[in-house]
Amino acid sequence: MSDRTSPSAVALLFRQVGYQNRLFIRTPIAAMFTLVFPLIFLVLFGAIFEGVDLAPGEEVSPAQFYAPGLAVFAAVSATYTNVGIGVAIYRDEGVLKRIRGTPLPRWIYMGGVVGSGVAIAAGGAVVMLAVGFLVYGIEMDADRILPALVTFVVGVATFSLLGLALAAVAPSGQSAPALANATLLPVAFVSNVFISVRNEPPAWLDLLGDIFPLKAFSDAFFAAFDPFEEASAYKPWLLLWMGVWALAGAMVAVRKFRWEPSTGAGGGGGRRGRR
Amino acid sequence: MFAVTVNDLTKSYGFVKAVNGLSFTIEEGEVFALLGPNGAGKSTVVEILEGHRTRDTGEVRVLGRDPGTAGQEYRDRIGIVLQEAGIERELTVREALVHYGACYSRRRPVDEVLDLVGLNGLGDRRTHRLSGGQRRRVDLALGLIGDPEVLFLDEPTTGFDPSARRHAWEMIEGLKALGTTILLTSHYMDEVQVLADRVAVLVEGRIVSEGTPAELRGRAESETMIRFRFPEVDPSSGPVVDMLGGLVGRTSLRNGVFEVCTVDPTTDLSLLTGWALERGGQLEGLEVTTPTLEDVYLDLIGDSHGAAGGAGSRDV
Repeated sequence: MSDRTSPSAVALLFRQVGYQNRLFIRTPIAAMFTLVFPLIFLVLFGAIFEGVDLAPGEEVSPAQFYAPGLAVFAAVSATYTNVGIGVAIYRDEGVLKRIRGTPLPRWIYMGGVVGSGVAIAAGGAVVMLAVGFLVYGIEMDADRILPALVTFVVGVATFSLLGLALAAVAPSGQSAPALANATLLPVAFVSNVFISVRNEPPAWLDLLGDIFPLKAFSDAFFAAFDPFEEASAYKPWLLLWMGVWALAGAMVAVRKFRWEPSTGAGGGGGRRGRR
Repeated sequence: MFAVTVNDLTKSYGFVKAVNGLSFTIEEGEVFALLGPNGAGKSTVVEILEGHRTRDTGEVRVLGRDPGTAGQEYRDRIGIVLQEAGIERELTVREALVHYGACYSRRRPVDEVLDLVGLNGLGDRRTHRLSGGQRRRVDLALGLIGDPEVLFLDEPTTGFDPSARRHAWEMIEGLKALGTTILLTSHYMDEVQVLADRVAVLVEGRIVSEGTPAELRGRAESETMIRFRFPEVDPSSGPVVDMLGGLVGRTSLRNGVFEVCTVDPTTDLSLLTGWALERGGQLEGLEVTTPTLEDVYLDLIGDSHGAAGGAGSRDV
């Protein structure tokens, strides 16, 4: 038929991002874990480190050290965890199969998932840092805003792709939450997200953290907030290392991605176990 | 011009041949039904045509495209109602229709589609608050939103109550009137009888019979059943036995009712009524039943299973 002209890819992509955002906002438990959880950590850490002098001789709030790390944690929850679990559940429910039967290009679906992950991550990080600035008195030089943004975009894009890879390898929507948490939380402890292991940690711990992309993300992001950082706040090697993981994630996502529920998982059974 | 051609299609899952040398064509604007028991291969065939599944061998064309390799522009012209597919529970019916509609180059107005599937008034309800039947209508609505040229309906009314099924039938007939080519699968005989222009009966991945519902009925080996009573007549008396022996069909007596299974009801009825009139008697409770499509279907799938079912089992 001659009267068929497809909608533009850009318009479709924006629409998909909006659609994914809407799904997220209307899933209170996901919003809770992604946005409220890190905020609770921030408040708890604020109470724990109240009056602790983390930088002797300097006028630095303790939050200067942990707020950026928790912002990274929020961003990774919004991307890796949320994308991985969400996509696996929609696959179980047959939503992905329905989508595959429409003319929506597959890369635009994926792009919508990633774009929405980035947007939600940005929201989460902004909330964390806003509380940090307003309540806990953290500081940042204006000329470090751009490096922080660049690091952030590379980081959340990487973890969105890793989230898609997680969804691709997760056997079902029910196992995806366990898989996400089992892979994220231990790594988070060696990646300067919750606790800083910057001051002479055991070599193996250091190495373990260096392997995974989360430490690269949190260290590069922290550089923009580090009161002792003399050099540039750009950390090209850390960004590159994240890029390597992003590429690996994209390859796994593309090769292993499944649009249909695995046999036996179909028919809407996935929703029961969101985390 | 055929909207769909399938030639010698095969598909195996491991050692199981789900589709075994299938061929059929569907003309533009036609409603074609694949009828068969569970596991006959209906869904496999439909999903191959939709592009959801690969085939092993054979040739398939839908709207001139090979669904196995066709892309976005192919899916833009078809509508799919899967047997089982999720709907985002976070969305309202209207939001889902608007969202999915936006993927197509041409779309039906949302309100028109809501009206067509009988969901007007429920547009603003979240999909997880709908009943099973209502959700199935959303499935139909999502299949229609892109104004498809070919619509695949995989068991569209399974799980519907009788009034919802009637409504769905009206809807499908309405689509047919608009010129949409429809491939329907069903295991409901009455549904196929009402909706389909042509039917293929599928058993174990093969077509065992194909034609219009009327042709299928006419071609069937099922026989017309004539039932009546002869009061005050000894069924074992010589004249009665002679008369019954002269019929084309086979006769049996059950609870005082004679049953004649015949392939030539005209001749047999004429002999019976003539005989009764000569004797000044009556054929009481006379009843002539032609086979329904259901009988035909049961014959077909019974025969192909080599079971004792079918027409033969009915004569005593």
